[in-house]
Amino acid sequence: MRVDIENIGAHRGGRPVITDVSVSVPSGTVLGLLGPNGSGKSTLLRVVSGLAAPSAGRVRFGGTDIATLNRRKLAQHVAVMAQEHSEEFEIPVLDMVLLGRIPHGRGYGRDSDRDIAVARQALARVGAAHLVDRSFSALSGGERQRVLFARALAQDTPVLVLDEPTNHLDIAHQLELLDLVKATDRTVLIALHDLNLAARSCDAIGVLAEGRLLSHGTPDEVLHTDLIRSVFGVESTAVAHPRSGRQHFLFDARSPSRSDSHDPADQSIPTQEEITAP
Amino acid sequence: MTSLERLPPDARPGASASADPPAAPAGSPRRRGALAVRILVPTLTLVLLTVLLLSTSIGTIAVSPADALRIVIGHLVPGMPWMSDGSLTTVQDNAVWQFRLPRALLAATTGAALALAGALMQAVVHNSLAEPYILGVSAGAGVGAVSFIVLGVGVSTLGVGTSAFLGALVATAAVYVLARKNGRIAPQRLILAGVALGSLFSAVTSYLTITTDAQNVFSIMFFLLGSVSAATMGHLALPVAALLAVGLYAAFRARALNALLVGDDAAASLGVNVDRLRSGTLVAAALLTGSVVAVSGGIGFVGLVLPHIARIVVGSDHRRMLPVALLGGAAFLATCDLLARTLAAPAEIPLGVLTALVGAPFFLWLLRRDRAESVGVGR
Repeated sequence: MRVDIENIGAHRGGRPVITDVSVSVPSGTVLGLLGPNGSGKSTLLRVVSGLAAPSAGRVRFGGTDIATLNRRKLAQHVAVMAQEHSEEFEIPVLDMVLLGRIPHGRGYGRDSDRDIAVARQALARVGAAHLVDRSFSALSGGERQRVLFARALAQDTPVLVLDEPTNHLDIAHQLELLDLVKATDRTVLIALHDLNLAARSCDAIGVLAEGRLLSHGTPDEVLHTDLIRSVFGVESTAVAHPRSGRQHFLFDARSPSRSDSHDPADQSIPTQEEITAP
Repeated sequence: MTSLERLPPDARPGASASADPPAAPAGSPRRRGALAVRILVPTLTLVLLTVLLLSTSIGTIAVSPADALRIVIGHLVPGMPWMSDGSLTTVQDNAVWQFRLPRALLAATTGAALALAGALMQAVVHNSLAEPYILGVSAGAGVGAVSFIVLGVGVSTLGVGTSAFLGALVATAAVYVLARKNGRIAPQRLILAGVALGSLFSAVTSYLTITTDAQNVFSIMFFLLGSVSAATMGHLALPVAALLAVGLYAAFRARALNALLVGDDAAASLGVNVDRLRSGTLVAAALLTGSVVAVSGGIGFVGLVLPHIARIVVGSDHRRMLPVALLGGAAFLATCDLLARTLAAPAEIPLGVLTALVGAPFFLWLLRRDRAESVGVGR
């Protein structure tokens, strides 16, 4: 299902966080959102998943404005994997994944055999089948991420919104989760911090800075050292991966020109360029 | 070696997608919870019925359990031979049908209602310390009742109940309005507003109590500590209706309440209209609480602790926890009331005193067991 984000503006705490962002995600592709902390990635994802109302513009799923969908219908279209969860009361892993079936059932409803089968399959797909009888709160950070991803899969929606899903995961599970994301036929919007992982796993990249979409295109079109310097304030070197030949970034030092540097000591660190300059 | 090869065979993506899912082992928290519900629901129902029957037969006027049962059946089913053959005296009939049964039923209804209201309150405010009275409902009812006792003309129980119910309504409305901002009820603000209003109402109650005539003080204390001793069949109508309505409301929202356990945003993304669920459930729980406080007074402990006991035993899934909490609350309070009027007979122990005396040690014992740890109560 195609996702169209049209001229979205959003406020948080009375402050504008997103300004005039437009981007389309073709059906079945993965859009990676990159940007420094506070650039508006999470807010944009909240708007796309219907958790926050935009102050301007609209989001369409397959042509339908999501503002016209009720909560339940929306939850049948888009599943969200975010950071927050409450821990006041305990919940077994299988029940956590079964929550993903709520939009597909009604009333007091006991979990149908199909619900349980879908939940178990989702757990198996994320490599967490062995956790099925554990307590969610007793899991490690990485195990929790996988269970929450399983819940999003069990929700069985054409669109997936993932806010930094690789947090707490070791490198093997990061690659595995991103491979799963790539392998699904769903339309995915994913916020990531690791530029190289994003380049490897996404069909398209959108770079956000101060609430605006700065750049959008294929990873090779978008990611280059100038953009990384201006957006993240980091000097980098692009090298070709010796085996795959894919472009890869090595990060050298923080750029001295970065305006939000609070520590005066940082200013004195010379960059790679200054050292090598004649 | 790829990451997938490191995983157990059944964890490989797609590997077990078509295979039959393995059955949950007996030790799993889910399986254990499901089993506990299957045992507990019939057991608690049996305990409740036994206590109700014992309550109708125990007292100053001797009635055997069999005779008590015959009297109750005789009133429910017309044309029973033993009602007119002189084997039962009018005094026995009155004791069972006019006094003991309404009282036992009111205790059971109150217990069920407080446990249900407490469970709902804890779920919607994300706080395990929440209880039915946290919104100032009982303090409001207290002001209503005490104002009537102090300022009212002829003190009749029905009058006290009505003004207590009105007080509870006023308190609920006030907390609701104060906690609502931009169409949203924030759980923290709700709790704090409830606690603040509760203190305000308690201050009014204390002032009225201390400045009134001495003979009123006993009636006030009697109400504040909670009692079902003055129950009649007429008193049962409102609490029973409220219990049925709210029980039905909760049953249809059990899954949504489960989603709420993992957080507001998560619940919203699972298709739950969080603001509507929260306001609806709060109003339902407050009305339920108000309707029982109005007739039974402020009976503490049940609403806070019974939901936790149910969670420790069957887990936090509301589809299992709510029926167990409700039946457990009914059986617990009916038992407490039977003890309250027999232990120190002919004197009566206030019900609120007994619930805490009996329940607190049991709960503290349960709290220290490993099972409590695993459902999150021990943290």
